[in-house]
Amino acid sequence: MKRQQIINGVIALVIGVLIFVTPFIFIGLTAVKSAAEASQLGLSWPSEWLFWDNLVAVIQARNYMLLLAYFNSTVITVGAISLLVISAAMIGYVIQRRPSKWNGFIYALILAGLMIPPAVVPTIWLLKELHLFKTLHGMILIQVAYGLSFSVLLFRSFIASIPRDLDEAAIIDGAKPWQVFFKVILPLLKPVTVTVILVQSVTIFNDFTNPLYYLPGKDNVTVQLTLYNFQSQFSSQMNLLFMNILLVTIPPLIMFIFFNKQIVKGMTAGAVKG
Amino acid sequence: MKNRANKLIISTFVVLGASISNATELSILVDNSPDTVALTQALTSAYSKLNPDITFEIELRPGGGEGDNIVKTRLATGEMADVFLYNSGSLLQALRPSRTLEPINDLANFSNILSSFTSTVSDDKGNVYAVPIQTAMGGGIFYNKRVYEELGLKVPKTWQEFMENCAIIAEKSKSAPIAQTYRDTWTSQLLVLSDFFNVQAEKPNFATDYTNNKANFATTPAALRGFEKLQQVSEAGYFNDYYGAATYNDGLNMVATGKAAHYPMLTFAIPSIKLNTPDYIEDVGFFAQPGDDADKNGLTVWMPAGYYIPKESDQKEEAKAFLNYIATVDACDAITKAIGANGPYLIKGCTLPDNVYPAVKDMLPYFQEEGRTAPALEFLSPIKGPMLEQLTVEVGSGIRNAQSAAELYDQDVAKQARQLNLPNW
Amino acid sequence: MKSSRSYPYWFILPGGLVYLVLFLVPTVAAFWFSLTHWDLFETRFIGLENYYQFLREPFLITGVVNTVIFGVLTSIAKSVLGLLLAVLLTSGLLGQSFLRTLIFFPVLVSTIGVGIAFAEIMHPARGMLNIGLSYFGIQGPAWLIDPNLALFSVALVDIWKGVGLATLIYIAGLATISSDYYEAARIDGATKLQMFFRITVPLVRPATVTVVTLSLIGGLRSFDIIWAMTKGGPGFSSDVLASVIYKQYQAGFYGLSTAGNIILFALVAFIVIPLTYWFNRREVDL
Repeated sequence: MKRQQIINGVIALVIGVLIFVTPFIFIGLTAVKSAAEASQLGLSWPSEWLFWDNLVAVIQARNYMLLLAYFNSTVITVGAISLLVISAAMIGYVIQRRPSKWNGFIYALILAGLMIPPAVVPTIWLLKELHLFKTLHGMILIQVAYGLSFSVLLFRSFIASIPRDLDEAAIIDGAKPWQVFFKVILPLLKPVTVTVILVQSVTIFNDFTNPLYYLPGKDNVTVQLTLYNFQSQFSSQMNLLFMNILLVTIPPLIMFIFFNKQIVKGMTAGAVKG
Repeated sequence: MKNRANKLIISTFVVLGASISNATELSILVDNSPDTVALTQALTSAYSKLNPDITFEIELRPGGGEGDNIVKTRLATGEMADVFLYNSGSLLQALRPSRTLEPINDLANFSNILSSFTSTVSDDKGNVYAVPIQTAMGGGIFYNKRVYEELGLKVPKTWQEFMENCAIIAEKSKSAPIAQTYRDTWTSQLLVLSDFFNVQAEKPNFATDYTNNKANFATTPAALRGFEKLQQVSEAGYFNDYYGAATYNDGLNMVATGKAAHYPMLTFAIPSIKLNTPDYIEDVGFFAQPGDDADKNGLTVWMPAGYYIPKESDQKEEAKAFLNYIATVDACDAITKAIGANGPYLIKGCTLPDNVYPAVKDMLPYFQEEGRTAPALEFLSPIKGPMLEQLTVEVGSGIRNAQSAAELYDQDVAKQARQLNLPNW
Repeated sequence: MKSSRSYPYWFILPGGLVYLVLFLVPTVAAFWFSLTHWDLFETRFIGLENYYQFLREPFLITGVVNTVIFGVLTSIAKSVLGLLLAVLLTSGLLGQSFLRTLIFFPVLVSTIGVGIAFAEIMHPARGMLNIGLSYFGIQGPAWLIDPNLALFSVALVDIWKGVGLATLIYIAGLATISSDYYEAARIDGATKLQMFFRITVPLVRPATVTVVTLSLIGGLRSFDIIWAMTKGGPGFSSDVLASVIYKQYQAGFYGLSTAGNIILFALVAFIVIPLTYWFNRREVDL
């Protein structure tokens, strides 16, 4: 490592910490304050540290609602991501590789998914007809439908950078289309797959509006809805609210730290391949 | 010790057995403000104690417009809880009550509910849909008694006196004369809405004419006064610093601690003041928003929210039995115990304890004298424009004047009236 | 080679079916509702009246202008900053993997959480931001309560929250560029700046297309963060189309808000489709 790089690194670190970390210090400090102190909402040092008390209060709130919420949100996120990654990669692959007059139309439909806000009430009617309303698997399918456009676009643009020679060679070797896709293409998509997993799982895990409409019921609570325990139109318990924000951010954070390594690996793989 | 454990296990089995055989679980959807949650918990557990075979599942929803949406969506899709909490007055009409809700006129205790409440939760055929929880509320001005004492001020009976008080406060104390809190936009409407007693004192037919599209805010001087009062106090610079970023809770804290001398608000804030600043609750007093004539001084009154039953519930009888219990003195006492008494109850026979907070004490005389209260406009007319809170923020922030805001509000009202399919619009 | 056999259309089926049933069908139904007077319980056909009413909304112009400003500003900032950060964070910098984590941190927090926290951080008097600025002798502005500034303050937070994602997409894109190009350029004596503009920028195009398209569409439709921070205020000064529509929906104007959604869709399509057409035309198949 050159000296210039070290100096640049230090400067970047300081700026990065200042811009990206201080807001979290604020959230963290508020989360350990007493209710009265937290309602003042400054960046002051807490006069007493109530980390444990607030943590317990948040977890125990409304009969351990947060734990149930963790479970539900995890099931929805894992289920939706698995379906989303496979189906989106397949779609992206076909529409990128197979130019036809339909492509414009398909592309327009995909963009429509990004541009048109979902129609809530007709969707609820439909879900009820299909007996999917208020079910976790119904919620999973909704998240697949809403996340598909974004994922397909990502996959499509990265499949464009994979040389066609690779699949053609496999086809000449007699591989079936699904074999080409799963054995040749999908492994090469690792960096973008990790990106899709990361982005979509954060979106789905942090989704607030959709579960509110499509998954009512106390047993179906998801993590973002637990924020309502401490925030209302008329009065707020800011310390518990911020503790709750911290707690629901932990699962995505763990996932990111895990996948961050994968991204690095994917990158080196790409470099070798290139 | 072992014996005790055995007993515990046996009794658990008995309880379980009983609950499996004939337990009914009622779901109940309420907003997430601490008061409603606390009192719903109190009422349901009191009821379950009397009726061990009934249990409750409490679901929370947000308050405000977002909560209204959830209620409407769930009613329209037939997915409402067995019992739900909702506003009385104009907001109720958008639920299409005669179509979606179950009338409760046949409750045994129906006659216990005061007609001042039932008239705000009924349709044109006389069907009544809700039982009130909580008490009637006043919309007016909280004031800090300590500041008033120190400066030797008297509770104002006219707007003129109120402005004089503010001038003295601005000059002689460090307190802001009036707290405004526009981070929570809904709080900006109070000076306009609480002025309705004065509107009605001058124009007794305003509510009817307004509903029939014969009167509006911009061209009725009495109705325009509310907007003008807001503009006047804003231009006089009487607000707290950074009122654009202050919250409702900030407002309550300011008036309780004396950082602000006045805060226009509904009296349902009293439990929150108690919760936020318990040491200062005795310093907070309350008076009605004064008009221009000292002889016509009175309070604009809001009706509380109530419990409703959707038509599609398959446990209507159990839900009705629960609502029947809400309309009793026992239920009032459970409410008082949970969140304190904050105004006159709307159930016959319910009384207030003697040791109510000063702000409650200040409010009660208005209710005891004939002709000193008037319902807020939203309980006399089904039309309330949704844009009012943004417009009052603009007037209070000096972005727009009173006349222009009233004109835009009239357009907003017309839109709402057409949505409700009212005649004459 | 027959592409129909190598790339069968049934690959589209699993995802496509879910998308068709749960997204496209309700959307078509919504189009019908936009032509009706709808209170969720009853509908009455009224033709184009909702569209007419929506286009007469008193604050429509503010909303449209704000929508375009917000969308264009945030997407340009995210792509430019994202690319620069991605290059910086793949250059073998000290602690680059830690920095990458830091920048991605805000993406992980829910919009509601960010909104609640930043409304406090940007408080004009007690907020961290202005207190911090005052150490440098700068009197910070009234970020969210100044009507002329509110929209830009929200955009700033949106960029803060979203730049990590753009950076990540660019990093994945940079990974596909072969190091041979840089080797060759270095031998030819190219400067770093030349390499950035002649190699990195053109070859990272697929990522640029993705970042610009996604963040532009996201920005034009932005709602959550604006709602969480200003609710379109003070007054109407930071209203965008999506928040105007949401307020109508909240007020119970269902037909009207559905019509508004379709108008918003038209606006987004009007901006994005020519752009993607232009992007795609220049796409080269490797």
